[in-house]
Amino acid sequence: MSCTTIEVSDLRFTYPGSHHHVLDGLSASIAEGERVALLGPNGSGKTTFVLHLNGLLTLQFGSIRIGDLEMGEENLPEIRRRVGAVFQDADDQLFMQSVREDVAFGPANLGVPRAELDAVVERALGQVGAEALIDRTPHHLSGGEKRRVAIATVLAMDPHALVLDEPTSGLDPVGRRELAELLAGLPQTQLVVTHDLPFALQTCPRSMIVSGGRVVADGSTREILSNAELLAANRLELPYGFDVSSL
Amino acid sequence: MAGGHVEGRVGGVGHLVVHGHSPVHRLAPEAKVVATFAFVICVALTPREQIWAFGVHAAVAISIVALAGVPTRVLLARLAVIIPFLTFAVLVPFVAGGEEVDVLGVGLSRDGLWGAWNVAAKASIGATASIILSATTSVPEILKALTRLRVPRVLVSIMSFMMRYLDLLVDQLGRMRTSMTARCHDPRWLWQAKPIASSAGALFVRSYERGERVHQAMLSRGFSGTMPDTEERATPGADWARAALPPVVALAALLSAVVL
Repeated sequence: MSCTTIEVSDLRFTYPGSHHHVLDGLSASIAEGERVALLGPNGSGKTTFVLHLNGLLTLQFGSIRIGDLEMGEENLPEIRRRVGAVFQDADDQLFMQSVREDVAFGPANLGVPRAELDAVVERALGQVGAEALIDRTPHHLSGGEKRRVAIATVLAMDPHALVLDEPTSGLDPVGRRELAELLAGLPQTQLVVTHDLPFALQTCPRSMIVSGGRVVADGSTREILSNAELLAANRLELPYGFDVSSL
Repeated sequence: MAGGHVEGRVGGVGHLVVHGHSPVHRLAPEAKVVATFAFVICVALTPREQIWAFGVHAAVAISIVALAGVPTRVLLARLAVIIPFLTFAVLVPFVAGGEEVDVLGVGLSRDGLWGAWNVAAKASIGATASIILSATTSVPEILKALTRLRVPRVLVSIMSFMMRYLDLLVDQLGRMRTSMTARCHDPRWLWQAKPIASSAGALFVRSYERGERVHQAMLSRGFSGTMPDTEERATPGADWARAALPPVVALAALLSAVVL
């Protein structure tokens, strides 16, 4: 099935009122079922790239293909269904009064009949192990619970690919490990945007480094993280005492 | 930045509900909303001279409080919101003009006394009615009820977002104040208010930015301008009938008060 590949070519983007190219010729290709980490320092254009994959920023230059669909106004609804974006702050993603309504929001927008919504919601929450949270209020959940529910809100739309922006931010070590296990168990193609390098190593066999709005390195996560010079050149750093070769 | 900070916080609108399984709790929320509104209207229209009618209204309100099992302590604590009105009401007999009556040697305006009684009676009974509603119905339930009552969806969405993010906003304000206190800011006088004003500005900008991010999150899940209707459930007729009882009694009292 070729429809889950993500093909990005020569993406360029400048925010209005600025001359700085946030994305400056970014090209990448992700095959079906791959889990890829997108690494890069703050301000390297990672989040701008994520917003592009969901059609939340209008394409200025370059092209994006999600499977057989070209990014464009007419394909937006289907592209947004195919690519599930999980944003950095779960409080932005969970905006309804209950977890149930929040998870139902996406599928309801896609026109899933009301009679089937409950089943869709329960299945999505089941996939992230959060069935028990269904009637809770989102802002009373813990950080880890919020992250799970946020992932469930996009899984409910039956996406082909997941794009997660800094999924480990604000999580405690247990929450972080549980998230890694959860991601490893999901069949979707995944793009994990992070500067949490050990997490990238744990979840993604392949990594790309983005710097200055373009991909400057692409390869196996282990090799990239073993290359101290490459990391240093891109303001990336392994945590103190962390040794890739010992794993 | 990711919202791990809010858990464990107590307060906000989510905690108004007094948990219970009384018949009042079980009534359909839309029936309760309509009944509360109708009851308050009847109370407000009752002529102030018919003291007995207010007795009937109060009896209705107090029996529902008892039926719902709302503790007296909770009721009294929440009734504190009407204290400003009562304070005003107490002043009225002293300042109003017209015929004077002698009360414990003090000459008070007769009209003022009626005015004070009018404000006090209506405010306390009306507030009790809304306290019953909020103590037995959660905010999401009230919002859904408004949708079912055909309140424009945009208005309900605005209220719903406000409720959802109010706690977060209060939390953010709390953290800003903590950080000011930690740097020895201890405002006592008006001219020391500048940091508070600038934190209000910062809060506004942060809320605005959050609004944009929430909108993006909504778009990415297929939002196209209208909130999807995720639930439809007919209101049981029996609930309407039961909820109608208090306003009907109040209406009967009102009509007799007007006619007699």
